[in-house]
Amino acid sequence: MIPTQWFLILSAILFAIGVCGVLTRKNGITIFMAIELMVNAVNLTFLAYARQFHQLHGLIFVFFVMAIAAAEAAVGLAIFISLFHHRETIDVDEANLMRW
Amino acid sequence: MTWNDVVFMLPEIILSIGASLLLIAPVIGWRLKEASAKWAILILLAITALSVVICSNVVEGLPQTVSYSAMFALDGFAIFFKLLFITAIAMIVLLSDDFLRESRYSAWEYYSLLGFALIGMMFMASGVHLASIYIGLELMSLSSYILTGFFKNEQKSTEAAMKYFVLGTVSSGILLYGISLIYGVTGSLNLLTIAKAMSTIITNDALMFGIMLLGAGLCFKIAAVPFHVWTPDVYEGAPTPIAAFLSTASKGAAVAIFARIFYVGLHDFQLDWSNILATISALSMILGNLAALTQDNVKRMLAYSSIGHAGYVLLGILSLNAMGLRGVLIYTLVYVFANLGIWATVLMLRRHEYAGERVDDFEGLHKRAPFWAFAMIIFLLSLGGIPPTAGFIGKYFLFAAAIQSGFGWLAIIAVLMSAVSMFFYFRIVVAMYLREGREAEVAITPALKLVAGVCLAVTLIFGILPAPLINQATESSSWVAARAAILTHAGR
Amino acid sequence: MANYSVLLVAALIVLSLPVLTLFVLAPLVRASRANKVKLEPYECGVPASSYAFDHRFSVRYFLIAVLFIIFDVETVFLFPWAIRFKQLGWFGAVEMAVFLAILLIGYFYAWKRKVLSWV
Repeated sequence: MIPTQWFLILSAILFAIGVCGVLTRKNGITIFMAIELMVNAVNLTFLAYARQFHQLHGLIFVFFVMAIAAAEAAVGLAIFISLFHHRETIDVDEANLMRW
Repeated sequence: MTWNDVVFMLPEIILSIGASLLLIAPVIGWRLKEASAKWAILILLAITALSVVICSNVVEGLPQTVSYSAMFALDGFAIFFKLLFITAIAMIVLLSDDFLRESRYSAWEYYSLLGFALIGMMFMASGVHLASIYIGLELMSLSSYILTGFFKNEQKSTEAAMKYFVLGTVSSGILLYGISLIYGVTGSLNLLTIAKAMSTIITNDALMFGIMLLGAGLCFKIAAVPFHVWTPDVYEGAPTPIAAFLSTASKGAAVAIFARIFYVGLHDFQLDWSNILATISALSMILGNLAALTQDNVKRMLAYSSIGHAGYVLLGILSLNAMGLRGVLIYTLVYVFANLGIWATVLMLRRHEYAGERVDDFEGLHKRAPFWAFAMIIFLLSLGGIPPTAGFIGKYFLFAAAIQSGFGWLAIIAVLMSAVSMFFYFRIVVAMYLREGREAEVAITPALKLVAGVCLAVTLIFGILPAPLINQATESSSWVAARAAILTHAGR
Repeated sequence: MANYSVLLVAALIVLSLPVLTLFVLAPLVRASRANKVKLEPYECGVPASSYAFDHRFSVRYFLIAVLFIIFDVETVFLFPWAIRFKQLGWFGAVEMAVFLAILLIGYFYAWKRKVLSWV
């Protein structure tokens, strides 16, 4: 059996790649993919722990996270489309109407 | 879950059915006027509030079971926050009325989204399991992303929605990672089981990571420094009633879960997080109040002031004693009412889309509407924490709790920053009374009068006669403080 | 009091990993033989008829995609119920009926708002 730590290390790396993607990318859709990567890295952590504990809690939580991620995807894409209607771009650096 | 448990969730069930009906009512062919939407949601909110009261009485008669697989509690803490949220949402409905009448968007959809956000907040108030708390939080957040961008022909609104969405989902991801690590160390998602497991753990690096990440996610939701950057832009861009929603109800819900998680779940791991929260609290108070000094836009000023208030509330959470929890409850209530009053006054100044947003727009308000100018002073004094108003009671409890727990230096910063906050609050007062520029144009509708009047009454009555509020808060918080919640196992 | 330096070291390691892979390791390992054919978008093996930027897709594709995502993911809740159908009994059946009813409300809303009809 593969030790739990390996899954945890993998999910930590995936999560960090996701965070870096959010911080460095400018295209809205790419940022969105990076966010999904973060969420799925967390799912992997839950699954690894649930397997270690032989528990169902973690598995069920992953179901809920998946459903919420789908809802997030729908809302996020709708917001980006609405932004595209205004600006003809989804480059997040272009969204600069409000500055202090 | 058994059929008996349905009674615990009856208010949420009623509200879910009602909000879904609001959503589909106009599309299934009923001939409904846009204007009747607000009556529908107000009646729905009244029924929900009534069912909360009835259910809480029924639950008191039931045999109390503390279950370790529980997800949902209907204790005094939950009831206090649920009634507060329902009241706040009702007032936001009243604030939204004019906004929606001028727009071409469906009021039914708008109000059903507010209803869904309220369901999320009620689950947050009741959640004793990290899963139910997370799902409630997401339901509230997703609804508020949509509401922020609801007027999609406004470019600012859309832009604010995009910023809120990107930062909000990243913070949810971080919060979720924290939850997964806590689950990994304690083997449970239930707050009571986590607390039990945690009392045996002296030090654990993964757990520390988990608490950090969870705390970071929660700090984003209450807009504490350094997770505050979204706040001014989102408040400025969002439609004004939604900015009021974000700064009062949504923030109150985040404070509720923050307090519940840290008081119940992470109680025994205190040493590791209270110092970090103290730093965050100090930074929020300093940066929020100092940045507010430089703002000319009232919405941005209120955003920075709300960052400062997040710092004050954190005092109550990190001090981790009975007084602190009481202070959190009192302060949240007082803050919600004072803030809603200010937003109502801002909306009174609205001409066409965006007026009432600049401090200059308040010029000469006391000539046009002397009573509401006076009410505005009371609200501002309450936010600043000056004695005859309710804000003083809230701040008193928070500061005293911090001193009790040995965070005297933090209480000193808090007092100093309250003094600083009076400077920018008084810029508005000066504009209203002393500046003889143009006379402020006002559009005072009965709905706005009602909201501002209720807020004024609450702020003054609890400021002069605080005893009922303090007693209620003591009673409501005692369940959580004793860590003996009435629990039901809604799913195992 | 735990040792906070652990956090710092761990954060540095975790943050440096993607930076190393993205900016140091990947350029070293990958073959960079870019030519026109290779950079062309893949279109099922046949020569590309046009570039992706040249024409836009109707926004209606997006609406249908969003509906698909939501209904597709919600089926994940049906599987555990189906596996334990006997044990859950009537209570499970009623609960699943409630869940499906909530989904149907959304479907109904989309249908009545003419999301499904192609104009």
